Amino acid sequence: MKKILSIACLSAALLLPLSGCGNTSSGENGEVIVYNWGEYLDPETLQMFEEETGIRVVYDEYETNEIMYPKVETGATEYDVLCPSDYMIQKLIDNDLLAELNFDNIPNAKANIGSQYWEQSTEFDPENKYSVPYCWGTVGILYNKTMVDGTIDSWSVLWDEKYADNILMQDSVRDAFMVSLKRNGYSMNSTDAGELETAKQDLIDQKPLVQAYVVDQVRDKMIGNEAAIGVIYSGEAIYTQRENPDLEYVIPKEGTNVWIDSWVITKNAPNKENAEKFIDFMCRPDIALKNFEYITYSTPNDAARELIEEDDIRNSPIAFPELSQYSNLETFRYLGEDADQLYNDLWKEVKSN
Amino acid sequence: MIKTTAQKIYVGLIFLFLYAPILTLMMLSFNASRTRAKWGGFSLKWYADLFRNREIMQALWNTLLIAFIASFVAVVIGTVACIAINRMGRRSRAVMMGITNIPMLDAEIVTGISLMLLFISFGLKFGLGTILLSHITFCIPYVVLSVMPRIRQVDASVYEAALDLGAPPLKAFFKVVFPDILPGVLSGYLMAFTISLDDFIITHFTKGAGVDTLSTKIYTEVKKGIKPEMYALSTIIFVTVLLLLFLVNKAPKEKRGKIQTVKTG
Amino acid sequence: MKLNTVKHNKPAGRLLSAPFLLWETLFIIVPLAMVFYYGLTDRSGAFTLENVAAILGAEHAKALWLSVCLSFVSTLICFLLAYPLAMILANMNVNQHSFIVLIFILPMWMNFLLRTLAWQTLLEKNGVINNILEFLHIPPLNIINTPAAIILGMVYNFLPFMVLPIYNSLVKVDPNVINAARDLGANELQTFFKITFPLTIPGVISGVTMVFVPALTTFVISKLLGGSKILLIGNVIEEEFTQAGNWHLGSGLSIVLMIFIIFNMVISAVFDKNGEGNML
Repeated sequence: MKKILSIACLSAALLLPLSGCGNTSSGENGEVIVYNWGEYLDPETLQMFEEETGIRVVYDEYETNEIMYPKVETGATEYDVLCPSDYMIQKLIDNDLLAELNFDNIPNAKANIGSQYWEQSTEFDPENKYSVPYCWGTVGILYNKTMVDGTIDSWSVLWDEKYADNILMQDSVRDAFMVSLKRNGYSMNSTDAGELETAKQDLIDQKPLVQAYVVDQVRDKMIGNEAAIGVIYSGEAIYTQRENPDLEYVIPKEGTNVWIDSWVITKNAPNKENAEKFIDFMCRPDIALKNFEYITYSTPNDAARELIEEDDIRNSPIAFPELSQYSNLETFRYLGEDADQLYNDLWKEVKSN
Repeated sequence: MIKTTAQKIYVGLIFLFLYAPILTLMMLSFNASRTRAKWGGFSLKWYADLFRNREIMQALWNTLLIAFIASFVAVVIGTVACIAINRMGRRSRAVMMGITNIPMLDAEIVTGISLMLLFISFGLKFGLGTILLSHITFCIPYVVLSVMPRIRQVDASVYEAALDLGAPPLKAFFKVVFPDILPGVLSGYLMAFTISLDDFIITHFTKGAGVDTLSTKIYTEVKKGIKPEMYALSTIIFVTVLLLLFLVNKAPKEKRGKIQTVKTG
Repeated sequence: MKLNTVKHNKPAGRLLSAPFLLWETLFIIVPLAMVFYYGLTDRSGAFTLENVAAILGAEHAKALWLSVCLSFVSTLICFLLAYPLAMILANMNVNQHSFIVLIFILPMWMNFLLRTLAWQTLLEKNGVINNILEFLHIPPLNIINTPAAIILGMVYNFLPFMVLPIYNSLVKVDPNVINAARDLGANELQTFFKITFPLTIPGVISGVTMVFVPALTTFVISKLLGGSKILLIGNVIEEEFTQAGNWHLGSGLSIVLMIFIIFNMVISAVFDKNGEGNML
């Protein structure tokens, strides 16, 4: 038993100094608590922000809007800045969980973000009072040219038995139903029980063909040739293509989701001023560019886009598609508590089947 | 002879099964490619990057800090509880042991959500504190279960003799009883430390913003692909512990060979 | 004098148990009571059995049934693998008790999520195992994202919890008893089934509970190795809390889980009165 003691002590002694370098002290100008999507900015920009402003960033990550919401709602953890998607911002506004922004403290936002993105934001934030666009994009199909026949242009390929066990679906309620609803020609904001029932049945029929339901893991799996077809956010397409040139991204002809993720500040944010400074910093062209290069999600920051050096990326149809070329594009809307419940129940039926 | 060979093969296969994932992770720590899906050649760069990665270092610090404090507090509460339980009657002892066993037998997910509900109802802010409280809670049983058998072997009359000779109770305890139960206390401590270190589920439900342990950090990273620095760190931790285990075990090994008895089962 | 100390010790004993009792009440009993409170009320706070009865709904019943099946199979496999292993280990070297315990808890120093994730890398279509099989011209193994992969993950993660209690109870079997049985003419098999095995039942029971409960309630293993295609009861509960935000339903389903757990506790209390089959 003495052995156990010595092992415990020695390993502790050896590991502790190793971790010592990680201990940071709180910033001289307070802190800001940011709750963002997983790997959704370049960590270096956080360090730059801390050095320039003396504000310490407490950083936390979530995987889906649905995971983020209850954490904010219960208030057991205080957050200052969030980065939810369109419909979730609407839900947060409806439930009085967001604070109005003081744009005087965020001069970079109005100066650098393109007007069409403010316009698009009015769908969920009618007066542009609560949110500052951070990233946007579409949802489409990523496929491996060497593993599929011909060209792919329709959601229906996800129901093609040829590709059984080679299909990756999105593991989040709204995204999965979006695919199924759009394929049937319905609106992805449908609350019609009949339409949703059809969509659910289709998803159940599709399940045996699906290799896995994933959110961000689709990236690694497609790079590793684990699957032929995956539903993916356009922002991941550039990264995955860089790692595996056989991959191709397409927006299906039935239409898809055009989404915006925007910075918002919570109603009871303990550090509202710092939060506005943070958002302003993220809107600076050089910072937005740095983040774009790291995460490869399309930036609504026109000034940053100008700074992109490679022509083929600045004018990439994937990162910056001309939306007027596509029909049936929609943005998610918050559908109310009852519809949320209905979607959740139907999704559970799909998953447990 | 055939039998012992077969036995060796069997044990070997089980250990291959237990340690294959660990070997895989070690390999991945030398993979030059950022994604786990591709082998990009041998590289040591993740080991260098590791020390510059503030988030991972912070998570390591949190993990060790929580494990240290939680197992220490658990050892104090647990050992004192053992002394108390030992003096109780049969019935109360059974009740106490029953309570101790709840978190061991209960599902981690239930422990996790029950603590989450508690903290939310009492308006506690989620953070390092809530994680610590939870970890102490699930560490205590491991301490009690390893100290209890030791304390039952302690001869109570020795302690009483010390008291009779005029030693104050605390001194009598540390001079007479404590050395006897020390091995149990230490193995309880190590067990609690390891369990705390490896816990994910309960931390998942009780953690707050920006306070990540290695487990929760990994869980958020799983989705985008684990950062290779994490493999490097795990390899370092594992190899450190493994080396120590061998060093500590090497010395008494020769003595042991002599008393080794060969039996067949 | 003796009488005197006993008198002194009783209240002292109670005092010493105070911190422990306080802690256990505050952080185990009260939280469990809260699960019951949430599970038996609806959003308005009124009493209802709906959340518990929800287990009978098609999706939940299916998830529970699947969880029970998978954890049963995993427990069985763990037992079948662990018993012979524990016997071999117990016969190997009398003095290496702590070393053997350490070998089994050593993997825990590498994070549980990483180890489980490593199985993904091993089992994937183009994973390590399939590459080896291809090299040997053996047909590939396609079990990732199936129940088989989840069972493998469960066996992998929980095997030590089966091996250690069995090993501990085997080590305690007095060799004289076995020798006596052999002297009296019992053959190896008879000795095993009549003497050794019955003596190790507390260890087996302890191992079974230590494997069955975590396997029944896991949500991580099914998520990582099942490709989120297979919904276990643990996943349902986790999602109710972290995504759907319906604590009442999540708590109601947890109450159902607790019934299984209590059943397990009773069994282990009956078979293992003295705590012999403890893994430490």
